[in-house]
Amino acid sequence: MSGESTLLATDPSVVSVGAGLFTDALTAQAVPVTPVEFAPPMGDGALDEALVRVLADPRRAQANATAVERVLAVRPQLVDVRPAGEALGMAPGTFYHAGPPITWERASGPLRGALMGAMVFEGVASTPEEAQQVLASGAVALDSCHHHAAVGPMAGVISPSMWVFELVDEASGRRAFCSLNEGLGKVLRYGAYGSEVIERLRWMSAVLGPLLRDAVRAAGAIDIGAIIAQMLQMGDEGHNRNRSGTLMLLRELLPALITSGAPATDLAEAVRFVGGNDHFFLNLVMPAGKLMMDAGRDVPGSTLVVAMARNGTDFGIQVSGTGDTWFTGPAQTPEGLFLGAYGPDDANPDIGDSAITETCGIGGMAMATAPAIVRFVGGDVAFALATSRSMYEITLAENPAFQLPVLDFRGAPTGIDVARVVRTGILPQINTGMAGKVAGTGQVGAGLVNPPQECFAQALLALAEAAPKLPEG
Amino acid sequence: MTSKTAASATTVQIRKGAYRDSVALMSVSRTVAGFEGVTAALVAMATELNLELLAQMDAEVPSGTGPNDLVIAVRADDEATRSAALELADTELAAMGRSGTGSTGGDDAAPPRSMRSAVERAAGNGTPPALALVSVPGRYAAAEAFEALETGLDVLIFSDNVPVAHEIALKERAAELGRLVMGPDCGTAVVGGAGLGFANTVRPGPVGIVAASGTGAQQLMCLLDAAGVGVGHCLGVGGRDLSAAVGGRSTLQALQLLDADEATERIVVVSKPPAPEVAAAVRAASAALDTPVHLVLLGTGDDISAAAAEVVTAFGAPAPTWPSWFPAGAVTPRAGALRGLFCGGTLADEAMLVAARALGPIASNIPLRPGEDAWTLPADLRHDGHLVIDFGDDTLTAGRPHPMIDPSVREERLRAELADPATGVVLLDLVLGHGAHPDPAAGVAAAVRDSGGTVPVVVTLCGSSGDPQGLERQATVLTDAGAEVYLSNAAAARRALELLE
Repeated sequence: MSGESTLLATDPSVVSVGAGLFTDALTAQAVPVTPVEFAPPMGDGALDEALVRVLADPRRAQANATAVERVLAVRPQLVDVRPAGEALGMAPGTFYHAGPPITWERASGPLRGALMGAMVFEGVASTPEEAQQVLASGAVALDSCHHHAAVGPMAGVISPSMWVFELVDEASGRRAFCSLNEGLGKVLRYGAYGSEVIERLRWMSAVLGPLLRDAVRAAGAIDIGAIIAQMLQMGDEGHNRNRSGTLMLLRELLPALITSGAPATDLAEAVRFVGGNDHFFLNLVMPAGKLMMDAGRDVPGSTLVVAMARNGTDFGIQVSGTGDTWFTGPAQTPEGLFLGAYGPDDANPDIGDSAITETCGIGGMAMATAPAIVRFVGGDVAFALATSRSMYEITLAENPAFQLPVLDFRGAPTGIDVARVVRTGILPQINTGMAGKVAGTGQVGAGLVNPPQECFAQALLALAEAAPKLPEG
Repeated sequence: MTSKTAASATTVQIRKGAYRDSVALMSVSRTVAGFEGVTAALVAMATELNLELLAQMDAEVPSGTGPNDLVIAVRADDEATRSAALELADTELAAMGRSGTGSTGGDDAAPPRSMRSAVERAAGNGTPPALALVSVPGRYAAAEAFEALETGLDVLIFSDNVPVAHEIALKERAAELGRLVMGPDCGTAVVGGAGLGFANTVRPGPVGIVAASGTGAQQLMCLLDAAGVGVGHCLGVGGRDLSAAVGGRSTLQALQLLDADEATERIVVVSKPPAPEVAAAVRAASAALDTPVHLVLLGTGDDISAAAAEVVTAFGAPAPTWPSWFPAGAVTPRAGALRGLFCGGTLADEAMLVAARALGPIASNIPLRPGEDAWTLPADLRHDGHLVIDFGDDTLTAGRPHPMIDPSVREERLRAELADPATGVVLLDLVLGHGAHPDPAAGVAAAVRDSGGTVPVVVTLCGSSGDPQGLERQATVLTDAGAEVYLSNAAAARRALELLE
């Protein structure tokens, strides 16, 4: 964009922000003028100086360009399905969870329920009650999935015996992992830990995991990025709707599954399980997003958000220019629709690593492309269109690989910029499921949620601290 | 949140975080205040100044209400009127949101929320922009300007109260990107025939202006226009550009741009008193250009009218006589103090420079000798002797529109000075053009008429015959009320001195 000013050589056309009377004065002179609708930045004045310091940071523009270029260059491929203990080097008795790090004391109902269920599943405890006692004693090693190149939806609990998808970006060699999706209703990730939950997990590790492993190994690397690109043109937004993605994955795997020589009854059950779970592919979109956003990490001066994740208590974000620091605020309770007799009082605050989909430009950011789900999350089509359009105000790039047909094939709004969020006050839009707040309940609904402003406010202050001081007046 | 008491009470409503532009809110206030039965109304952001106004209305504002909150206060004798007026305020506020932000792209897309998307929208409409005009409150201006620069635009920052550190950072970034920052506090600019900010309608022509002074540039353009000399471009650079801290960054860049412009035959640089080392740098840069440059640096013995005459004669025309207008009856000199009430900072400076030679120290809120008591007005702006007030100064415009847009504060002071037996003469300016009040003479004329004509009033009328308010029409309104009117501010100041006994 640099070069000599053409100010004096061209017919004037003006963009105006602020007083409407100057816009009117230009219109009266027949000068084309485009007004910007202005609102003061987030923070009621507390962030104004930090915002200018971040915007003045001479590293910012190039740092963001570099970070975004790395994000968009990622080509996520599914290359293996393996037990988490082996894939992630997890010692027995270790548990990873969604969101920023949290202690048992501060953990919400669904996360506690999922951890209790996972303890029983691992055989570390014989009953949920016993698991609860051990967890409460602090004897169990907990950590964030995000710290281990992994992501998990909702409670996001990964334990060593669970199987995980392994994705790789060939060019960088970077890897990302995610658990296998259990389906809807009473499932571990929504905090349910009853015997049917544990039995399903055992079947997934004993039957489904090995079948998928053999099929993936036989089929060769599966291009998850290409499936995401297609699903976005088929009415999925990759967070709350993954139906076509799931079917396309099956299409890729079926020949290898059929020729694997496994018992037909196992195959039929596996295919029925995957095909009957519209969210199965979410657990492949998520690690694809994780691969993309990890590529954008650690560029000094970059204001790119590289992770948004919730543990059911805190919402946390990480930013390229500030390393591994989590900037957290209280997780909000989604607004939306409820299953059966459940209502708002039953819902737990926002939970899960699945906001990695929004971090990488799809999910709620791309809601315009998924008109079929807008009622499910409590919106309408006009809202979906307006939401995706407004997300371009806070992102650094448009992903040419992920196109949204209804927006005239505009690339998905990708790369949330902390500075733009603070300056416009527009928060990223997240589509999400809702877990019951009492451990053991399961899913109670689905809806829309935004990150708390605090995350972006703290991130901006940290970015400002890391930026050069403004010149002395 | 509503607080109500008995008859003739004020009802107050707070809208948290509902930011609106202060100028647009004025018209809502005016409409609501004009509603039958309403004795007072204020629809405004809860800035400190507006909170004071609310206190004067006996309006109880909940604590914690701040500058990002919208306050609607209505005073009336009965409850029905109050609630009807509140409804009217809501209707007006809703209409505000719709004006000027309609669909531009042939679709139902929301109005752009950022410079970047506005640029995309404009380009999509076949009018790719080259310039951004930023007039948001000063503390927000830099964020908007940074984005404009990075989107490839030159920027005019009209906003005042922009921290100098922001200005320097912006101008450094602009230099890296090869862009020009006009302002902050750039009151006027003419680019390719378009007037930006407060802009007089002047004929196009061969003069290019670099202005570190808004009203200085307006005065210069109006004088040249009256003498038949046109202006091609006027690049405002902001009142601080020639300070030591900013170092003339934009001035030097603007000189280069105008020098490279084929149509510009002569350049005039007009500025408030500059830092000596920066003045030297500007002189050196000017001398190195192919285009001849006239420097009007106030405080170094120059006045704008003399410089305008020099430019006119340099084009081979005879020395001009600047227009003036007189009342029917003679104005009688009188003993007392000079009371200067200005909207334009540079016009105030110039008047003080002229007057101080005859009168000695003049107390002002923009003192010619900062830090010296005799030259400095106290914060309450009260003083028994000679004084000049710049109502457009940053400290008096925080949270309210510029006096060229909203003349009420100055009009109030004008009435006070005319009633003060110690006043010998009142000198004031009226600035016309796009962006300015549609009829600024009316309020001044009313005050002069009401005073009974005992105190002489001399007016600098800074405008052109093409201005929407009509130069002759405004002059006639003023002379009919008994004021003397001058196009030249220096001439008006000299006349005011003559009228002091």
